[in-house]
Amino acid sequence: MTLPAEALKPYQAAVETRLANEPDWLADLRRQALERFANKGFPSPREEEWKYTNVSPIERKRFPLAPAPGVVDEQWIEQQRLPGCWHLVLIDGFFAPHLSHPALAGDVVFCDMGSALRRHEALLTQNLGQAVDVEHGFIDFNTALFQGGALIRLSPGTRLEHPIQLLHVQTQAAAIPTRHLILLEAGAEAAVIESYVGEGAGLTAHVTEILLAENTRLQHFKIQEEARRAFHFGGLYVKQAAGSRFEQTQFALGSLLARSEIHLHLGEASQCQLDGLHWANGRRHLDSHTRILHEKPGAVSRESYKVLAEDRGRSVFQGRIVVQPGAQKTDAAMSNRNLLLSDDAEVDSKPQLEIYADDVKCAHGVTVGQLDDNALFYLQARGIDADSARQLLLYGFVNELIETVTVAPLRQYLHRQLDNRFDAIDLESTS
Amino acid sequence: MSNQPSLLKIENLHASVENKPILKGINLALDYGQIHAIMGPNGSGKSTLANVLAGREGYEVTEGRVWYQGKDLLAMAPEERAREGVFLAFQYPVEIPGVSNIYFLKAALNAIRKHRGEPEVDAMDFIQLVKEKIQLMEMEDQFLYRAINEGFSGGEKKRNEILQMLLLEPTLCVLDEIDSGLDIDALKIVAKGINTLRSPERGFLMVTHYQRLLDYVEPDMVHVFADGRIVKSGGPQLAKELEAKGYGWIEQALEEHA
Ligand SMILES: Nc1ncnc2c1ncn2[C@@H]1O[C@H](COP(=O)(O)OP(=O)(O)OP(=O)(O)O)[C@@H](O)[C@H]1O
Ligand SMILES: [Mg+2]
Repeated sequence: MTLPAEALKPYQAAVETRLANEPDWLADLRRQALERFANKGFPSPREEEWKYTNVSPIERKRFPLAPAPGVVDEQWIEQQRLPGCWHLVLIDGFFAPHLSHPALAGDVVFCDMGSALRRHEALLTQNLGQAVDVEHGFIDFNTALFQGGALIRLSPGTRLEHPIQLLHVQTQAAAIPTRHLILLEAGAEAAVIESYVGEGAGLTAHVTEILLAENTRLQHFKIQEEARRAFHFGGLYVKQAAGSRFEQTQFALGSLLARSEIHLHLGEASQCQLDGLHWANGRRHLDSHTRILHEKPGAVSRESYKVLAEDRGRSVFQGRIVVQPGAQKTDAAMSNRNLLLSDDAEVDSKPQLEIYADDVKCAHGVTVGQLDDNALFYLQARGIDADSARQLLLYGFVNELIETVTVAPLRQYLHRQLDNRFDAIDLESTS
Repeated sequence: MSNQPSLLKIENLHASVENKPILKGINLALDYGQIHAIMGPNGSGKSTLANVLAGREGYEVTEGRVWYQGKDLLAMAPEERAREGVFLAFQYPVEIPGVSNIYFLKAALNAIRKHRGEPEVDAMDFIQLVKEKIQLMEMEDQFLYRAINEGFSGGEKKRNEILQMLLLEPTLCVLDEIDSGLDIDALKIVAKGINTLRSPERGFLMVTHYQRLLDYVEPDMVHVFADGRIVKSGGPQLAKELEAKGYGWIEQALEEHA
């Protein structure tokens, strides 16, 4: 869907002013991306990958770029920052230095994109765009216009002592293109949390690129809790070298329309675990699109997405596993469990296996159902009324994934969020 | 005779599942302080009776009445029955991921207390109470913090049922094959749990296939089910006869009768 010329103008103007202060390689990258975006706009539902998620409302909104960060209540921000973590806060895409303390010395680079351009340009030149292996309007829009973001780099063998939290706050009805680049050198280990919060009715258009060298381990969490009228695109592009391990857990709980995509390349004997939860209530539309590429032998991938669809909510899960020729001894398993709780809710689930090697183990399973009658009766037979029993089962469905979160402050935060949603039944966590 | 209505009175109970008659005229009276064992071949309707008493959906009562403490049991919702003191130990306890056992126990206890007009149990008192009971069942504390029955072994699930019973102190305990899948030690522990609650204030219906449970928990009466009816009732020696002779002779007697 091509954008009309007048819709493009503000974006072009923004790119041009920005280029004045940026190195040539980045200027070229941005110009090319903007040109592609000008030609194609945001993706159309005619494209197979976007069939179930129509983003034309985003296009129609013609979100302006945020001129400046909105005002936020610092006490509220404090509640969003997880204890025991290093933080980098972005307000409407702008780095908020007074709310962040990213500076880590020595073996770790952790800074905002602005400082990265000034102090670690070589890392960006070499790596920016390296993990992105698909092309569409959101990525081009992001590449052309991203401003804030984080650069994280761990030198070989470094183990991050505390998790890093990248906190995205949306306060206005503006387009917010942000970008993270995460580089783990051989043997390094880290945990990174991306949180998306705020009251804005804007468009988050985010890209995270992750390059994992041999024998690294990255735990990555994404908590999307944007406001009821917000739009969200979040792309995650990962390249894993031999023996590396990548674990991602995402909780899609907010916004009006959110599309999350993960494209992941697995090296030899590497492992990935992708877990997710969609809570599509109200009029929320949540889409997760994942593609796992087994490119080398002996890699293991595990993927499990749970969906809770109620009211007029809609959930889309498209999971592709591609096993390329030569990727023998691949071990891949994918599951998608959907709870469809109202007549007006809808779920679409599309697992796809493309297997071009012969000695592989691939399994996938999709279920769509209601709450388990046996479980409901069990609870009722202990005196718990039918409605509370239903609530309790929903709580359990979500909590089951929260319990797997190994980062304690994040798990506690998620428990609190869950308890708030279920305050009627006053639950206590299992941990 | 006292004026107090009896604990449980089942009168000519008929029940169907998906239009298929399963219970075909059950008559049974259980008094306070009594334990009745229910035996009988697979598929004869023992669990169906247990489920009808607890109020599980999908069972249609086509004839008959059930009086619990003089009240019409079948008119109550399942949770109401539980709050009034009816407890079913499930033949197949259900796994509920993501909900901790301890939360479940507390919610169940509070639901019953609220019904009785008592305040919610104090958190510290509750922990103490539950630890007392869990020790009696010789279970480790970790079972409290795990999700309900999830990943529990068959025997652990059965012990967990009795743990719930100990905590809730019901008036009518319906135990459906509480002894199946238990090793010798676990059987003794479960029997100990049952005997702890055995009292003049409550009664038990105990579905079982084996004499070995009855060795530890001596019943006042044994009823033998066949094809949705009680075909024989007797004292504890009836169970021993069944153990020795199997059910063949009962079915034979039935055929002759027909
Ligand atoms: N939901 C159902 N749908 C169809 N048939 C059912 C259903 N529930 C029970 N039945 C049938 O009712 C009959 C009695 O079952 P029930 O479970 O009460 O037997 P039981 O005496 O408890 O047997 P067991 O000793 O094997 O536990 C069986 O033939 C069973 O197949
Ligand atoms: Mg049975």
